[in-house]
Amino acid sequence: MDRLLNAMTVLSLVLMAIILFSLRRSHIRVEYSVSWLAASFIILVLSRSHALLAWLAGFLGLTYPPLALVMLVFCVFLVVFYRFSVIISDLKDANIALAQRLAIVEFQLEHSHEKQ
Amino acid sequence: MKRASGPNEVLIIIPAFNEEAAIATVIQDVRSVMQTAPVLVIDDASIDTTCAQAVSAGADVLRLPHHLGLGGCVQAGYKLAFELGYGYVIRVDGDGQHDPRDIPRILETLQKTGYQMVIGSRFNDGATAHTSFARAMGIRLFRLVLRPILGKQVRDPTSGFVGVNREALSVFTKSFPLEYPEIETLVVLQRRRFQFQEIPVKMRPRQAGRSSITAAKSLYYLVHVLLGVFVNVLKFEGRRWRK
Repeated sequence: MDRLLNAMTVLSLVLMAIILFSLRRSHIRVEYSVSWLAASFIILVLSRSHALLAWLAGFLGLTYPPLALVMLVFCVFLVVFYRFSVIISDLKDANIALAQRLAIVEFQLEHSHEKQ
Repeated sequence: MKRASGPNEVLIIIPAFNEEAAIATVIQDVRSVMQTAPVLVIDDASIDTTCAQAVSAGADVLRLPHHLGLGGCVQAGYKLAFELGYGYVIRVDGDGQHDPRDIPRILETLQKTGYQMVIGSRFNDGATAHTSFARAMGIRLFRLVLRPILGKQVRDPTSGFVGVNREALSVFTKSFPLEYPEIETLVVLQRRRFQFQEIPVKMRPRQAGRSSITAAKSLYYLVHVLLGVFVNVLKFEGRRWRK
């Protein structure tokens, strides 16, 4: 049990370090780092607090507390992935609208030059 | 290409992606039938000489900066047509499958009926068509699914040979399916209580190239389109548009 929790602690610290490093290098925008930082912080706290983890496992009706942490990690990542899917969809819509607008403006510009 | 001088002017649009082998012939065929109507090719960032071929054949070309897929490509044409004030737009595929001699009948039906969309159907009057077994099965399934949603039979829901009027254009400039748009478009129209009619047309074998829907993509196409249909049925925005 301790080995699994230790692995989770390392995982959360590595995730945090990667996100902070990416932020510093401007590879990720601050608003999109919040989800990952929050997720890694929750994993870190639960993997270090046996009492909190036992309470969560009891709440979920699980007899093996680390399983609660694994389930939580899974749920957190699902939420983060969903959030990013929404963002990507918005960006794709905006990208298509921009590409169409650019093509139309270029078309009209070319034809206005031809008229002159 | 000039602005439309009146509300009854028609624009022919040809979405094209890597259609260098067929596009010039398609444009010449269209121009031989519709001498006065401007022809607009929407080049979906082709990597071959489609754009140059279209220009040399006498068409105007709307060049997309990167590949958007069929829906984004057609919608760009609709947006330009709407901005330039055209009253009718007829879409012809760039692979030569659609016979331009059918365009005047599509236009005439649009003008006479006042319907928002007219579809050139390869199956009307029980006719057969050049289509694969898998596609024919898919069309049968889509007919079954669409029948209760549309409240009427649609024989050729995958046909891209369509004409639309300005009312439909105003909707499509804001809301248009981006991948495999033909079937979802019908649901978009139905949500606005718009009407459509099918008329029989002849489909020819494509002059060159291959269909973008390969055997491997067929299942994805089926699931994508069915999901798109149900999403459009459930979409809340439809209620705002109801007359």
